[in-house]
Amino acid sequence: MDWRPTAARPALLARAALLQQIRQHFGAAGVMEVDTPLLGLTGAADPALQSIAVPCADGTRYLQTSPEFAMKRLLAAGAGDIYQICKAFRGEEQSRLHRGEFTMLEFYRLGFDHHRLMDEVAQIVRFALPQRSLERLTVAALAARLACPDPHLADTATLADFARGEGAVLSPADAADRVLLLDFLLEHLVRLGLGSGQAAFLYDFPLEQRAYARVRPGAPPVAERFELIIDGVELANGYHEVTDAETQAALFAREAALRAARGLPPPLLDQQLLAALDSGLPPCAGVALGIDRLLMLALGATDLSPVMAFGRDLI
Amino acid sequence: MASYSTNQFKPGLKIMLDGVPHNIVENEMVKPGKGQAFNRVRVRNLLTGRTIERTFKSGDSVEGADIVDMEMQYLYNDGSAWHFMNTSNFEQLQASNEAVADAGQWLKGQEMCSVTLFNGEPIAVSPPNFVILRITQTDPGVRGDTATGGTKPATMETGAVVRVPLFIEEGSLLKIDTRTGEYVSRAKEE
Repeated sequence: MDWRPTAARPALLARAALLQQIRQHFGAAGVMEVDTPLLGLTGAADPALQSIAVPCADGTRYLQTSPEFAMKRLLAAGAGDIYQICKAFRGEEQSRLHRGEFTMLEFYRLGFDHHRLMDEVAQIVRFALPQRSLERLTVAALAARLACPDPHLADTATLADFARGEGAVLSPADAADRVLLLDFLLEHLVRLGLGSGQAAFLYDFPLEQRAYARVRPGAPPVAERFELIIDGVELANGYHEVTDAETQAALFAREAALRAARGLPPPLLDQQLLAALDSGLPPCAGVALGIDRLLMLALGATDLSPVMAFGRDLI
Repeated sequence: MASYSTNQFKPGLKIMLDGVPHNIVENEMVKPGKGQAFNRVRVRNLLTGRTIERTFKSGDSVEGADIVDMEMQYLYNDGSAWHFMNTSNFEQLQASNEAVADAGQWLKGQEMCSVTLFNGEPIAVSPPNFVILRITQTDPGVRGDTATGGTKPATMETGAVVRVPLFIEEGSLLKIDTRTGEYVSRAKEE
């Protein structure tokens, strides 16, 4: 029986040290550690996320894909700057870089925009990767650099032709799914432009990929969202957050429509989050960072197993 | 034929793409930030041998390819086709020159080969890893020269040309590794 950990003791020590540095950092900055439920009444609305349903005596509960909604309810209740280090759960396929259960750092900073938040993420990443310098570039700039279609301006047919030309196998429904085509383009841009040896904050996303980020008007308007990519690995995803209930409800409706179009089960909308936003969320920016992936890069591993205590029990 | 979801993809799985059987060489699930997950696969076209990359939306299904590898005995070549026999039921099959391709240069008759069938038709043939063939033409041997490591070309009875050590004589029987096309050793007369 193979009962031994997949992480060697030095990797376990590196994990413990990183968590301690993060807690010290936030302690010194006056950011409060919080602890919200992992079992929730609703699952993720995002069509690309699959929540794991848990049958409980009083009904179905869902393992949280991130502590975002619960933490926003704390923000609306006046908690101030907060952070959490917790487990997050995803029901999707597992891979070298994906596990059904993983460790996430999520934090919210009042009055920050996405650029100030990137500064703080860079500070935290430096605890594990002191040598890496992190470039900043917009999604449009990366697309231009790689001579790919502009994700803000290209029409859907152009995006579909581009994807097919790059080997995507698309059904007619896929070829009309602009969000899917932009996801393909983003994956392509990251693989070609931000692979091994590269490290960058990619920011200002097309509106279709705004998730719950604020939109900055302009020509074109952009979503104030960022992703941190190091060696082709997505490490963090942050937003200058939407704070009004009406916009959030519209974003939920858009996700529900996309789920329906893709034949996915409809989401249960988090009414408590909408009520919290209705009562007032302070202007803030928030981010989720994958602790396991950060450790993986710090230790030069190419798979998550060597940094997770028992990284292969479920796969 | 069964269809396979992307989460069943693994190297060695045979799938149909554009009506042509392909073998999955590599499969990786990728997911850009927060978005749709994709499976990036490298697949080898089993008719042409060409390798290409394809990206599937994770969760999509693909039709499996009806591919079977069968051990068959090579009988003879009639000029337009290569004849193989299933030694358990004595059924015979004909394989085209395209299907046999480079494997043909190692076959003289009687060898057990692995024949790849697509919808029952041979599309590829792998010869045994080692064959024993006689040299029909090579330059005279250099007696006693077993140490210098030099080689010379030798034409085998099947037409294949193999590099052999200088001391090897015309008419000798040789053991050859068909995977590399290299001389292994001299073989004993039967």
